[in-house]
Amino acid sequence: MNKLRRTMLFIPGDNPGMIQNADVFGADSVIIDLEDAVGATEKDSSRLLVRNALANLDLGNVETVVRINGMDTEEGALDIKALLLARPDGIMVPKATVEYMETVHEMIKDTEITLFPIIEGAYSLETVTDIIKSSDRIKGLLFGAEDFTADMGIKRTKEGSEIFYARNRIAAACKAFGLDAIDTPFTDTNDEKGLERDTLVGKSLGMTGKAAINPRQIESINSVYSPSGEEIDEATRIINAAQKAAREGKGVISLDGKMIDAPIISRAEKVVEIARQAQLI
Amino acid sequence: MELLKPAKAGTLESSDIYITLYPNDGQGINIKLESIVMKQFGSQIKKVISESLRELNVENADIVAVDKGALDCTIKARVEAAARRSSK
Repeated sequence: MNKLRRTMLFIPGDNPGMIQNADVFGADSVIIDLEDAVGATEKDSSRLLVRNALANLDLGNVETVVRINGMDTEEGALDIKALLLARPDGIMVPKATVEYMETVHEMIKDTEITLFPIIEGAYSLETVTDIIKSSDRIKGLLFGAEDFTADMGIKRTKEGSEIFYARNRIAAACKAFGLDAIDTPFTDTNDEKGLERDTLVGKSLGMTGKAAINPRQIESINSVYSPSGEEIDEATRIINAAQKAAREGKGVISLDGKMIDAPIISRAEKVVEIARQAQLI
Repeated sequence: MELLKPAKAGTLESSDIYITLYPNDGQGINIKLESIVMKQFGSQIKKVISESLRELNVENADIVAVDKGALDCTIKARVEAAARRSSK
């Protein structure tokens, strides 16, 4: 199973206080942002700040991913060159296309850096499987709904029916290739109920995690993407029943009078693995 | 690296340092520092600034630094950014 990525928290790349505390917020991953969170006049300074921070600070177990500037700008390649020295866990590539991903892959291929394309345009969405196949370093996709709806020329709503297809498409493509599908951030940081509802919608469509733009959002997202105590108990009972049946040489497994087949066992194993990684058991 | 014009980098936010570099003509490195942790770390911050400039081969500069509790890696990044901006 992939590393647990229930939450990926955006941190501005020009904020040393947040970067040096990246491991205290409770997110599974942090996305240190050199793109939209940094003004045009501070790109150079932020790049050096992020390079030095990642090269020198111990940020614990939190996964460090850096969102670079677009590969259609001069800044994108400069960001990657700086990150080759800093060695983050991953690089997030905005406005992903096959061409951009192949270029980034070529630049990082001698490192262990992983890649996270952002699907945030109609063309990226409709070529999503080609993007996935462009690099074996890709571990997950992030859906960027704000840019996607802007590209489509449609209105972004809290209810989110306009992004139903995109979420479905990305979730299915990620599932097909064994990648994490990270849902778009919920941008109203004061609407806790809206955040929970939006996170549940994404999860129901197959998303495996969600980006956060404020540390306050982490607890709610982690809660949605973590199995409940009842789910963990049920999964454990299923696995125990399957192991017992295997020991006894039984081909048919039943629990509480219901037949247990391979997909149910597989799902139970995933629940237990998520619970273990989330330190819930 | 030769400094050609005044340049600055950083912010006055917590955990950051605001660096302003001025070229001087063969006057060596002169650092004027304000820091919220001056008593404890003032000499260490000046040392990091000096080392950063030496690594960038900057031999002459007047530096005004206002520190808000920056770590060494942040100080080095801000000095480098200011120096690169000054040399363009």
